[in-house]
Amino acid sequence: MHGVSRPLSPHLTVYRWQITMALSSLHRITGGLLSLGAVALAVWLVALASGSHAYSGVREVYASAWFKLPLVAWTFCFFFHLANGVRHLAWDTGAGFERSRIRATGWAVVLFAFVATALFSWFAIV
Amino acid sequence: MKVSLVTPLNRVLGLGTASGAGEHWWMQRLTAVALLPLGLWLALSLARLPGFDYVTVVQWVQRPVTSILLILTVLAVGYHSYLGLQVIIEDYVHAKALKVLAVMGSALAHAALSIAALFAILKIAFGPVG
Repeated sequence: MHGVSRPLSPHLTVYRWQITMALSSLHRITGGLLSLGAVALAVWLVALASGSHAYSGVREVYASAWFKLPLVAWTFCFFFHLANGVRHLAWDTGAGFERSRIRATGWAVVLFAFVATALFSWFAIV
Repeated sequence: MKVSLVTPLNRVLGLGTASGAGEHWWMQRLTAVALLPLGLWLALSLARLPGFDYVTVVQWVQRPVTSILLILTVLAVGYHSYLGLQVIIEDYVHAKALKVLAVMGSALAHAALSIAALFAILKIAFGPVG
């Protein structure tokens, strides 16, 4: 198979963008970014266990102005991945695949993610 | 519960997925379900902390309920993240050797970071009061 260039069947590029495919990609992207966020959480815990001096060093970075961007981004990733994950679990039972329903739950997930991100950022980040 | 989608006949004949896809699918869902309450608990707890200074956070981690839920969260996050990244690597890294190395590296990194986080939680929990 390797090294042989055969024409590929039409892939993503032939489709009009729809919320279903956008959220499907976003689920994977947010999941990948959350893995990075988990690293930041592990660093935070290890610093905390290493004593007040080590913790203050990490806290200085995490509390800095530029770090608010990844923190808010991770917050959005978390709430989106969580809500869209519920959508995926519902699909696993066979429910919610009707076209109107799959679009409605998609927009509901987007709305929830933005509202929850705003609330969490207000209380814990900004 | 051990879920198998392979019929008994196919299991005897050695048919079915080659690399435990059913197990992968099941554990991804199991950790996802665990992370619904654990993730929401962590987010709400962090939002409700009066501050992120050393003493406040140490005292929060030292509460038994916090320590236990944090340990469960680390275990579920570590496994869920490992399974998710494995799928991403397998989908986008096409060279066989590089793919195996990337999955191995991801597995080692997940094991190392999960154990580091667990050790940190236990050290704080059993350590001197903050």
